[in-house]
Amino acid sequence: MSGSELLDRYHRQNRRRAALVGAMAVFALIAVLVDLTTGPSGLPLSETIRTLTGAEVPRGTSVIVWQVRLPVAVMALLVGAALALAGAEMQTVLENPLAEPFTLGVSAAAALGAGVAIVLGLTIPFLPPAWGITANAFLFSLGALGLLQLMGRLRGGGPEVLILFGIALNFTAAAFLSLLQFVASAEDLQQLVIWTMGSLQAVNWGSVTILALVIAVTVPFALMASWKLTALRLGEEQARGFGVDVTALRRWALLRVSLLAATAVSMVGVIGFIGLAGPHIARMLVGEDHRFLLPASIFTGALLMSAASTLSKLLITGTLLPVGLVTSLIGLPVFFWLILRGRPGR
Amino acid sequence: MSLTLRDVSTGYGRRRVIAGLSLPDLRSGEVTTLAGPNAAGKSTLLKAIAGLAPFTGQIALDGQDLAQLSAPARAKIVGFMPQSLPSGASLNVLETVITALRASGERAVTEPPETRAMAVLLRLGIDHLALAGLDQLSGGQRQMVSLAQAIVRAPRLLLLDEPTSALDLARQVRLLSEVRRIAAEGRIVLTVLHDLALAARWSDRIAILHKGGLYAFGPPAEVVTPAMLGEVYGVIARVERCSQGHLMVQIDGEIPGGASGAGAKERGAQA
Repeated sequence: MSGSELLDRYHRQNRRRAALVGAMAVFALIAVLVDLTTGPSGLPLSETIRTLTGAEVPRGTSVIVWQVRLPVAVMALLVGAALALAGAEMQTVLENPLAEPFTLGVSAAAALGAGVAIVLGLTIPFLPPAWGITANAFLFSLGALGLLQLMGRLRGGGPEVLILFGIALNFTAAAFLSLLQFVASAEDLQQLVIWTMGSLQAVNWGSVTILALVIAVTVPFALMASWKLTALRLGEEQARGFGVDVTALRRWALLRVSLLAATAVSMVGVIGFIGLAGPHIARMLVGEDHRFLLPASIFTGALLMSAASTLSKLLITGTLLPVGLVTSLIGLPVFFWLILRGRPGR
Repeated sequence: MSLTLRDVSTGYGRRRVIAGLSLPDLRSGEVTTLAGPNAAGKSTLLKAIAGLAPFTGQIALDGQDLAQLSAPARAKIVGFMPQSLPSGASLNVLETVITALRASGERAVTEPPETRAMAVLLRLGIDHLALAGLDQLSGGQRQMVSLAQAIVRAPRLLLLDEPTSALDLARQVRLLSEVRRIAAEGRIVLTVLHDLALAARWSDRIAILHKGGLYAFGPPAEVVTPAMLGEVYGVIARVERCSQGHLMVQIDGEIPGGASGAGAKERGAQA
């Protein structure tokens, strides 16, 4: 095959990848519509679309769609997108396929923060009580990632060190959470356990807006770093040789990961495995050119989370399962598959 | 065009590997080999020149102090082929070479990056691998890809860390003759090689590093001598010329008691 034929094939491959990213975006939007039509009060798709497009509908329908279901559905979409993007960047900069906010202690730290608010009543003064748990969860998870970066820097910032610290943080936060659960009253304990299972029910347009803003700010920077991130996948020495400041790349990527993960987790509780499964499915679809991998991860995560939100309403009729439980049930097989496939470094 | 190294010291953390090393200027069009026993600091010195290891002293290309340049600016004029092979990412060969071009933030000037990357693959005779996944390649093929990544930015200074370690005999010759052609285009090439016969055949000058400093520097015939091999590597050796006049290095054994060199302990040193 001649050089120009090979280049043609390369361009065709890229167009196919772009199309796949577009398809994932469309699927994610369809998943949101399905999510919107699912719920205790049966609303057909046509009625939902009529409501969304501003047509004349009964007031009850309007309230269900705009105030109850839409914030939840949009939040599911955003949380999935945020966690999968965080997972994709983390896996690349820590050079580990199992890295994600959940496995490296961010979620555990958020749960500990929520526990401190729920059980001990300690939170930021002068904050509306409704935001206390969220604020604590946010600060603790951001703190966990900050600590991770600091520890990493003390020891040279290599990926192995960061991974080990992340795992240690995970266990530390879990241990303190157990302590809180032990001393908690029955009522507090129930609230805490439900929080740690992850739920979309407490969200409102305010929290949706905050997460949307965080995503809007971080995504452009992530996309701008996509060539550097791809270079890092070839190895740290290679990337440095190409002129990439790997230390700075790692630091900024982890800052983006911190903001995305801390915001998402603080608003909906512990959501496992989206940050793991999203990027891995995306990688299988479009490869590791981060110009495609990052957007594909975002839409795959959004799609998975929307599907989980829908499933959480359908799995047991009449019961709304915590969405974090559903994502774990979806994600665990992926996790095992990744380990059993036994190809390190991918 | 010349590369200047004056009073260069480098190492890892507190451990000094190279102390106060100065070299006669390396000139464009020439291939210089860095050789020496294991742990002599060859790779570390190469990394310092590439800006990947901290150093003190002066390293300058055409009078331009390399330490003053930002990483992307340095990457434009210095190509570095590390010893480690590119890992098995889900990327094809062409993508990795394009990445090597784009990661430093360089924008397309005259021709699209993919055209430049493809031209380099053609030049190295690995264009048939363009769309093969990196994880499907043999070690030797990856080493060729690594060279493609190092030369795609058309650097004025090319640094190669054991570029032939994973290559079979035919590919060693192909790579080194390509390296000679690259030098002939007016570039400076500095390479680490363990095989002194190979170094003698393909380089203009050889620098022998030993005990953190420069032991010898000059044309192969002046540097590669039984006395040097005994003192630096701790081996009993003969250096002879073949019927075509090329140097041949024959190792007959180790010097009992280890002579003065660390090489006696480092059995990995080959020549």
